[in-house]
Amino acid sequence: MYDTTYTRAKDASDAAKKMRAAEDGQFIAGGHTLLPTMKQRLAAPSDLIDISHIKGMADISVSRKDVTIGAAATHASVANHSKLMKVCPSLCELASHIGDPAVRNRGTIGGSIANNDPAADYPAAMVALGATIVTNKRKIRADRFFTGMFETSLKEDEVIKAVTFKAPKSGAYAKFPNPASRYAMAGVYVADHGKKDIRVGVTGASSGGVYRAKNMEKALAKDFSADAIDGCKVDEGDMLSDIHGSAAYRANLVKVMAKRAIAAAG
Amino acid sequence: MGIEGIGARVLRKEDKRFITGQGRYTDDHKVAGMHYAAFVRSPHAHAKIKKINSKAANQMPGVVGVFDGKQLTGDGIGNIICGWMIHSKDGSPMNMGAWSALATEYVRYVGDAVAVVIAETLAEAKAAAEAVDVSYKVLKAVINAEDALKDGAPQLHPEAKNNTIFDWEIGDEAATDAAFKGAANVVEMDIRNNRLVPNAIEPRSALAEYDAAEDHFTLHTTSQNPHVARLVLSAFYQVAPENKLRVIAPDVGGGFGSKIYIYPEEIVCLWAAKKARVKAIKWTADRSEAFITDAHGRDHVSKAKMAFDADNRILGFKIDTIANIGAYMSLFSSSVPTYLYATLLSGQYNIANIHCNVRTVYTNTVPVDVYRGAGRPEAAFLVERMMETAARQLDVDPAELRRLNFVREFPHQTPVIFCYDAGDYETSLNAAMEAADYANFEKRRKRSARKGKLRGIGMSCYIEACGIAPSAAVGSLGAGVGLWESAEIRVNPVGTVEILTGSHSHGQGHETTFGQLVSDRFGLPSENVQVIHGDTDKVQFGMGTYGSRSGAVGMSAIEKALDKVEDKAKKIAAHMLEASEGDIEIKDGEVSVKGTDKKLLWHEVCLGAYTGHNLPEGMEPGLKEGAFYDPTNFTFPAGCYICEVEVDPDTGTTTIEQFVAADDFGKIINPMIVEGQVHGGVAQGIGQAMMENAEYDDSGQLISASYMDYTMPRADDLPSFKVSTTETLCPGNPLGMKGCGEAGAIGSPPAVINAITNAIGHNNLPMPASPHNVWAAVQAGE
Repeated sequence: MYDTTYTRAKDASDAAKKMRAAEDGQFIAGGHTLLPTMKQRLAAPSDLIDISHIKGMADISVSRKDVTIGAAATHASVANHSKLMKVCPSLCELASHIGDPAVRNRGTIGGSIANNDPAADYPAAMVALGATIVTNKRKIRADRFFTGMFETSLKEDEVIKAVTFKAPKSGAYAKFPNPASRYAMAGVYVADHGKKDIRVGVTGASSGGVYRAKNMEKALAKDFSADAIDGCKVDEGDMLSDIHGSAAYRANLVKVMAKRAIAAAG
Repeated sequence: MGIEGIGARVLRKEDKRFITGQGRYTDDHKVAGMHYAAFVRSPHAHAKIKKINSKAANQMPGVVGVFDGKQLTGDGIGNIICGWMIHSKDGSPMNMGAWSALATEYVRYVGDAVAVVIAETLAEAKAAAEAVDVSYKVLKAVINAEDALKDGAPQLHPEAKNNTIFDWEIGDEAATDAAFKGAANVVEMDIRNNRLVPNAIEPRSALAEYDAAEDHFTLHTTSQNPHVARLVLSAFYQVAPENKLRVIAPDVGGGFGSKIYIYPEEIVCLWAAKKARVKAIKWTADRSEAFITDAHGRDHVSKAKMAFDADNRILGFKIDTIANIGAYMSLFSSSVPTYLYATLLSGQYNIANIHCNVRTVYTNTVPVDVYRGAGRPEAAFLVERMMETAARQLDVDPAELRRLNFVREFPHQTPVIFCYDAGDYETSLNAAMEAADYANFEKRRKRSARKGKLRGIGMSCYIEACGIAPSAAVGSLGAGVGLWESAEIRVNPVGTVEILTGSHSHGQGHETTFGQLVSDRFGLPSENVQVIHGDTDKVQFGMGTYGSRSGAVGMSAIEKALDKVEDKAKKIAAHMLEASEGDIEIKDGEVSVKGTDKKLLWHEVCLGAYTGHNLPEGMEPGLKEGAFYDPTNFTFPAGCYICEVEVDPDTGTTTIEQFVAADDFGKIINPMIVEGQVHGGVAQGIGQAMMENAEYDDSGQLISASYMDYTMPRADDLPSFKVSTTETLCPGNPLGMKGCGEAGAIGSPPAVINAITNAIGHNNLPMPASPHNVWAAVQAGE
């Protein structure tokens, strides 16, 4: 690891200020993507600005159907939150399968979505849940937040404070893990928000990162059943292809995982 | 046997320090004035070094030296050797290219060491290594063994025309061809055995100390055979004479073969410690470095055909193999695809005619050498995939085809050198089939089918060769060393016992099992026995641990030394008790005269040996005996593994529903440790069969170079194994032991692939059977 300067931010605006002052700064919360990268000498930020100690940043609140999850909430705290479990168990389930216990106890939802790894789980949930990403500057709809592989609409000094969403009527996430890394090779989050508002978030498979499978959403709005998406095409051309799976395999997995999520949500 | 003797499930003594974090591995050792090494490695698979500019690096903070290959060879450090000479079938010796510990003119794989930086801290060394400016002329690389043989392929070494190291054969080709002419059926297969990365939990490490006043070196290193390391470092690499070099292999966290060899890093650290005039240099591989520098395993491609008569008896077996040996010949690389492989191609079967041709080739990849099983997994995979495929094509039950062809009389001379000394293959097969409830498989298949799943079952009746090896025999086959083992039993005046062994424990539990021999012999509690190994200053010359040899060879040496100790103790006791030597019995810590109440306590006899007050006339004082044991034959562990799988045709996900192992390891000293060895070996074999693959791109970059992409087997991938043993004693060594360290990794891959191909209904499946590969196979069909 190269030398770096570590500081803790008092609050979101302090974090943004520190970021502006840094030569090549990085926000850090759980650090479970950033630190391994730094240890491999593939990243060399001049400053690490720790936002995980900001007061309230790790809080999770559930008021009837309204859910707010602080950006520094760990995957383990999401997985085990009893009130969240009542209104949106599918998100708890998703969080309980991220990484391993060490990752779940350190990694955070804010870090995950800010990094927007194309194989991360949370982005699929965010778009399917119609979540809003709350920053120190503004509120961003999930659909507009994720802009491509490892890309988001965040500005350099913009800090995610929380994500908010309304719990869906029902939902489920089905993931096919990469056999080596156990990141998603295809992860599909299906959420039924009622009134024919169905959202399907797909992660892991596409070269463009997370996306909504609009054709499946349409089909499911008519008939919320696994068979309903039989006719929905998954374009192989958009899919990633690597040593773990061809584009055709990933396209197949998207369909299979979607069906499993629909069946589980149904 | 007593509660701690032979056959007892004694808990592992060494685990207390391992599981409480008190193990002392090489990297845990620190000395005052210690510096750190960081290696500059080639980013290219094949290139000519144009220039190395280390000016900037030399001026960086903490740097005390930057050295390259020209300086190394200029100081007379010898090239890295291969310790086993193979001659091609035309009689010519193998075509070995030069391998300098630091590359001089060319680099031949990604990771090839080009220079080393020595600095006060690790961070300074790494930073300066990045500042060493190496300019390369990039050359075309060749990755696959078959491609390396093609006309116009990039050439790696001037010594090896067409990248061919040797073109070797075993068996009688004319007789085998004749046997095929009379065949009723011939079954043909193309088989690829995937390349693996060893992945010991502890990465390789070296701590080289130089004492300028004494001109003496001490090397702590991750070695399976510290004496061999000292010999080779001294005699071939000219680092220092043997008496000026102490090699210590302290606690070592797994080897699997990859820590047999003497790698460039150890050589360089020793040489550089003197050159840079520092007290000590430490280097420890990080995981990324381990992936691209630890010798890889396997990587064979073969064409095979087997001939059967009308009654389904095997008439002949013919194999053509190309083995990828990587960019350089590692220490035992030449023996793996020859005498450790082709000699096992008779399997458990009576086959009159076998011929195998092996071509080994250089490619721009990490050197390939021994990895758990070493040649024997490649042979078992070939034979047992062939048997299963033949059974399907001949439409006979796979168990029956095997039964029909089993060797049933011993000794049995195969047409490929080995003479099997003992075994009972049918008993293992029956035990495995019963444990697997083989008879009711079809019911289970139907149950799976109702859930939309494909269920399959497959078996593997493996044989392997351990207990390497009779020194004269391996010498005649080209080995540069003898493969005996040494032991010394040091009885202290108070009656406690130290076992000094040339074997090395790096996970095998020798501190427990070796002690059991003493407990068994004299009835002493295991806490009174200490096993000492891994230090050339403490222990007499020994050959180390690999090839499942420490039981059959290492423990045989201990038995021989114990015989001598027992003999002398009885003489002393007889003299003290005024009895005849033949009437003395040693049992439960007491030395008594048979049929009388005359006795001494064990420690009284030992004390008597050391006081020398009352010894038989002419006897030397003391109670310490050594022995060298040279095996009379290889040993032949064998068994039957059965794997049952369920395949999800939608995703290709394959779950192992059950895995049964019925092994014959001969005499077992500690069943718990043997079961652990089988569990670990089977897990590694399942890893090869379903997950692990060292995958290169066309430019020679290892793509699966981290755990993000290299799939290791994990606990939740594996079922609870059903393991059992049967026993035929090995007639060749005093205890009747055969060896158990590698069997699991040898026998399991064919069982797994036979099961999956049975589930999907055809053979068109590459290894590893990853979800993607299984899904694609289901999609493609036959």
